[in-house]
Amino acid sequence: MTDATAHRHPDPALEARDFGFWVYLMSDAIIFALLFATYVTLLGGTDGGPTPHDVFDLDRAFAETMLLLASSVTFGMATVSMVAKSKGGVLAWLAITFVLGAGFIFLEISEFTGMIAEGAGPDRSGFLSAFFTLVGTHGLHVSAGLVWILVMLAQISVKGLNPAVTSRLFRLGLFWHFLDIVWIGIFSVVYLPGVMS
Amino acid sequence: MLGKLNYDALPFYSPVALGGALGEVGAAVLVLAVITWLGAWKYLWKEWLTSVDHKRIGIMYIVLALVMLLRGFADAILMRTQQAIAVDGEGYLPPDHFDQIFSAHGTIMIFFMAMPFLSGLMNFVVPQQIGTRDVAFPFLNSVGLWLTASGAGLVLASLVIGKFSTAGWTAYPPYSGIEYSPYVGVDYWLWSVILSGIGTTMTGINFVVTIFKNRAPGMTLMRMPLFTWTALVTSVLICFAFPAVTVVGVQLMLDRYLGMHFFTNGGGGNMMMYINLIWIWGHPEVYILILPAFGIFSEIVATFSRKRLFGYDSLVYATAVIGLLSFTVWLHHFFTMGSGADVNAFFGITTMIIAVPTGVKIYDWLLTMYGGRITIATPMLWTLGFIFTFVIGGMTGVLLAIPPVDYLMHNTTFLIAHFHNMLIPGALFGYLAGYTYWFPKAFGFRLDETWGKRAFWCWLIGFYLAFMPLYALGFMGMPRRMEHYDMAAWQPWLVVACVGAFLIAAGIGCLIMQLVVSIRKREVLADTTGDPWDARTLEWTTSSPPAPYNFAKIPVVHDRDELTWRKAHPDIAGKDDIATPIAMPENTGAGVVIGITGGIFGFAMIWWIWWLAILAFLVILGTLIARSFNDDDELPVPDAAVALEETRGSGPLLGY
Repeated sequence: MTDATAHRHPDPALEARDFGFWVYLMSDAIIFALLFATYVTLLGGTDGGPTPHDVFDLDRAFAETMLLLASSVTFGMATVSMVAKSKGGVLAWLAITFVLGAGFIFLEISEFTGMIAEGAGPDRSGFLSAFFTLVGTHGLHVSAGLVWILVMLAQISVKGLNPAVTSRLFRLGLFWHFLDIVWIGIFSVVYLPGVMS
Repeated sequence: MLGKLNYDALPFYSPVALGGALGEVGAAVLVLAVITWLGAWKYLWKEWLTSVDHKRIGIMYIVLALVMLLRGFADAILMRTQQAIAVDGEGYLPPDHFDQIFSAHGTIMIFFMAMPFLSGLMNFVVPQQIGTRDVAFPFLNSVGLWLTASGAGLVLASLVIGKFSTAGWTAYPPYSGIEYSPYVGVDYWLWSVILSGIGTTMTGINFVVTIFKNRAPGMTLMRMPLFTWTALVTSVLICFAFPAVTVVGVQLMLDRYLGMHFFTNGGGGNMMMYINLIWIWGHPEVYILILPAFGIFSEIVATFSRKRLFGYDSLVYATAVIGLLSFTVWLHHFFTMGSGADVNAFFGITTMIIAVPTGVKIYDWLLTMYGGRITIATPMLWTLGFIFTFVIGGMTGVLLAIPPVDYLMHNTTFLIAHFHNMLIPGALFGYLAGYTYWFPKAFGFRLDETWGKRAFWCWLIGFYLAFMPLYALGFMGMPRRMEHYDMAAWQPWLVVACVGAFLIAAGIGCLIMQLVVSIRKREVLADTTGDPWDARTLEWTTSSPPAPYNFAKIPVVHDRDELTWRKAHPDIAGKDDIATPIAMPENTGAGVVIGITGGIFGFAMIWWIWWLAILAFLVILGTLIARSFNDDDELPVPDAAVALEETRGSGPLLGY
């Protein structure tokens, strides 16, 4: 961990929280792994209905990818500001991250509602159930991250960058980057092969 | 306003169900009345419900487990008496009710008796064994307890409002889907499992971090007591396996609530995928249940043979190997479901391999006893009963591991006998042994030996009478879960099994008597030293009951069996223990609120009371966010308070 504040005042309780959060993330990774496995298993279960090729829009998926990747960069900038103890910098970069993440969610919701409107909802077939659940679970996690960003904006404003707050911010960073990695998996396993089939 | 809830939800469809519901409600009202009459609500809230102390949380987990043992056992007695008389359609339980009973029995015993029992023992013991003052995440600990209790509450509620699932404790689709189980039963099962599963995952994370990060100085991994080792591997298994049951539960829930097609017969669903997902959790789950019991037996066998544990390294490696291999055998739960000979052969072989490390442990325990000076106190009795009886069950397991044999035995009473042979003499005897062994540490007085021995013999003989006939019946072809049957030749065996069940009931009665008598005789049974068994590990250096902070000074560890080392080196024992400022986390109502509101959320989802579900969700979210603003949740314990506490010594407290 490169957080300078941690080195100056290593608090075992805060380090334990970091370690515990990694363990939680690994259990979350297993959840996603099982959802990926479900998706691959149900890929052929289209019930004569829409196939991946029919419903996936690579342009939108590309836009979502750019938004999420950019949001990881901006979160990284927030971390840089945090190490430099710049409260204003952290708030600004977190706000930009929020906007990018919200943009991702907006696009995803429009994708889902569009698919449902044209009869390709999660209740149409096993393939679609698996798609909506995998991508939707990721979206729910990102939404939870957005709520967490708002909470951090409030905490940083009220308390400043004390060790407990920076530790919490570090964990939010782990969470945010983890979701970025899962999205790369989604892009690679769901959208790209689906469009190419 | 109330979703699907209406008067039809009351249990008038069966007089037995009505009786059960009235009994349950009556018991609950009695408990509430006694607490009110004693004026104990404030005390209960302040000292127990809002506690984040691992010792109190551990005790509450075990109280939950023992209460649910009674409810789960009531289901067992109902089934045994039904099967003893139900030749050619006789019997007092209609099929629908019988099906709810076996589903509830399994769900309760696994999720709400065994899991809380082992969580409770791990909670109470492990921090004291590793020389620390609390678990890594005390608040998370409280949330996990109350989520589990909420799940149990939902199962109990299903007897009074609505019905429970009739799909068995594993709820296979398509039967458990919305088409074939349209009423709320499977939803009760789903939400209780999802809620308690989240709670258990929290416990797993908590103990992985606690054991890796909070050990006393000098306690390397290979100096940890065996119970702590098994707690560690169990916690790792929980972190890896419970996500699977959460995923499969949510998927079934989505099928039922939103018409999705994960496990439907048509629409591109895949029913075998449910089977695979649930058993990828289900098999590690049974090792989660048994490993803590193995740890308890290791502690007891060493203490009551007055000899160090034989083969410590092999016991540690065997535990780790069992943990690893538990992910390689899951298909043996469904050899008959079409995987083909090659796949079956692979899993049959892995299933046989996994028996080997357990065999290593049995030999280690026997060799610990060999050459020792054995005291047959109640905990040792449970251990001896376990070793002999568990091995029988292990052998029937290896028999079932042969796929062609399993084709004959699958879903017969042979299977029922096998897994009860693992779970009762294995897991439950272990937990009861641990309960007896660590009881004086928790309450300052031992449990009565006479009633303990009576309980043991009733349980042991009762177990043999109840389950050995089921092996024979399985060979004779009797399937499991039969509400009635027409083979008269089966009945004598089932009558014997029923007698066994009543003997076990007597065993439970003896356990209750043991508790009552022990409380009455607590001054006589007092533990005045903190080490009533002349034991070997660190938890016996604290007072009985321990101070809230466990250790006034953090112990420095020199050896395995640190207490034995200290007894052998009395001049230097404890001299290098480290005095550190003590700060303990404050009690908080947030854990109770989140847990109970979780239960309300589950109830609302079961009955489609959407506004209540949304409200409950917002309360949980709000509580979590509010809690996250509180970074000042520890209270320092001043030196004067520590000095005073240290003069208290050991012994039963009049008002705990």
